[in-house]
Amino acid sequence: MDVELLLRVYPFFLKAALVTLELSVLSILLGLGCGALGAGARLSRHRVLRFLGAAYVSVFRGTPALIQLFILYFGGPQIGIQLDAFTAGFIGLGINIGAYMTETMRGAIIAVDKGQNEAARTLGLSRGQAMRRVVLPQAMRLMIRPLGVNINAQIKGTSLVAAISVVELTYTAQRYIASTYKPFEMFLLAGVIYLAIISATGLGLSWLDRRAAIR
Amino acid sequence: MLNERPVIEVRHARKSYGAVEVLRDVSLKVRKGEIVAIIGPSGSGKSTLLRAINNLDPLTGGEVWLEDTQVNEALPPRRYEAHINRVRQDIGMVFQHFNLFPHLSVRGNITLAPMMLKGIGRKEADELAEQQLARVGLSDRVDFMPSQLSGGQKQRVAIARALAMKPKVMLFDEATSALDPELVEEVNLVMKQLAEEHMTMIIVTHEMGFAQDVCDRVLFMDRGLVVEQGPPDVVFRQPRHERTRAFLRKHLQLRD
Repeated sequence: MDVELLLRVYPFFLKAALVTLELSVLSILLGLGCGALGAGARLSRHRVLRFLGAAYVSVFRGTPALIQLFILYFGGPQIGIQLDAFTAGFIGLGINIGAYMTETMRGAIIAVDKGQNEAARTLGLSRGQAMRRVVLPQAMRLMIRPLGVNINAQIKGTSLVAAISVVELTYTAQRYIASTYKPFEMFLLAGVIYLAIISATGLGLSWLDRRAAIR
Repeated sequence: MLNERPVIEVRHARKSYGAVEVLRDVSLKVRKGEIVAIIGPSGSGKSTLLRAINNLDPLTGGEVWLEDTQVNEALPPRRYEAHINRVRQDIGMVFQHFNLFPHLSVRGNITLAPMMLKGIGRKEADELAEQQLARVGLSDRVDFMPSQLSGGQKQRVAIARALAMKPKVMLFDEATSALDPELVEEVNLVMKQLAEEHMTMIIVTHEMGFAQDVCDRVLFMDRGLVVEQGPPDVVFRQPRHERTRAFLRKHLQLRD
């Protein structure tokens, strides 16, 4: 193990980790938005919306995220969508994780006891009011843990955008391998940084989950 | 008094799930201040009838009236939604499993609907919560969370929550069936007190003793029909129908 090399390159890896973090945050935010819309559509009274929600989920969960990224980044210009690699990366990843988050959110909403909705409705609350004030506050607490699983997957999933040459952690590791011929050290270093990000996120999510628990 | 409209009137209610008929032509009138118990074996349709009154389980035929408003009036979906939300404010309901909102305090449970629907402010809503809690004997629990209450206390809060909307009628769907035996009495006491205040009530229950003590009229239902109805003394002491007798025999034995 070439420790000296590691000490020399780690600042560059940390810089690249910032890009990974940015990608993670942006794609997760986009994913949460897509998930909320998707879950709303899947639980809608309107058949067309339900169909669109289901189609979104089955298409984006049914194809590799890498293929989705390739279509967006390489195929996009052919149909007039011209995005730089970073933008294509976080949009592609965000829409992809949004399909998983759709199912997570829908599951949490359905998991709230249906007596809750009934009680709210019998008091005279409308569908929307019952959803906002009674069902969603309970569903949000139920979805923290499973969304944590999605988020964890997404942070690791950002490594895919190396394939469309976004200079993030994985891509940086590959680049240093090309000049140093030390794949063991370089990938190990990248892995350790991913682990640190994931662990910190996990701690944050557990804290949130504990805080949100209904006493 | 002579020509006063019933508070609740059900006319020729029918309900089927596919080929299964749960209600077959059930009619019912409940006058102001009257307390009606609905008894019968499980699957007899009594809960379905109760849940049809506020349209939680819509009928497939027949009408439900709250005074001079038809609860299940045929309206286009959007207008029906507004209509039923208004009607439900006047029909309180208490469930077997309480269905308190676990993320809200006792106060929040009681004030949520009045604040959202009656346009009253925080202060007035708090006073309302205190009044209603006093009515069910839980004034000291206003800042508790539901999880900190016993089953009996939860059900009393659920009753206070329904009462806070100042309903014209209260529906009780086996309100004590999920309670430990020693907690049944405190809920029964609250219901008795409401009876003394002449609250109009329709009570689906398995407790024959309570029905006998508190109610003005008892309906015995079986297989989607009202088999027999009358004052409790008559229905319990001299039932006319064999099915009623068989049901009561079983239940009175169980009690001893």
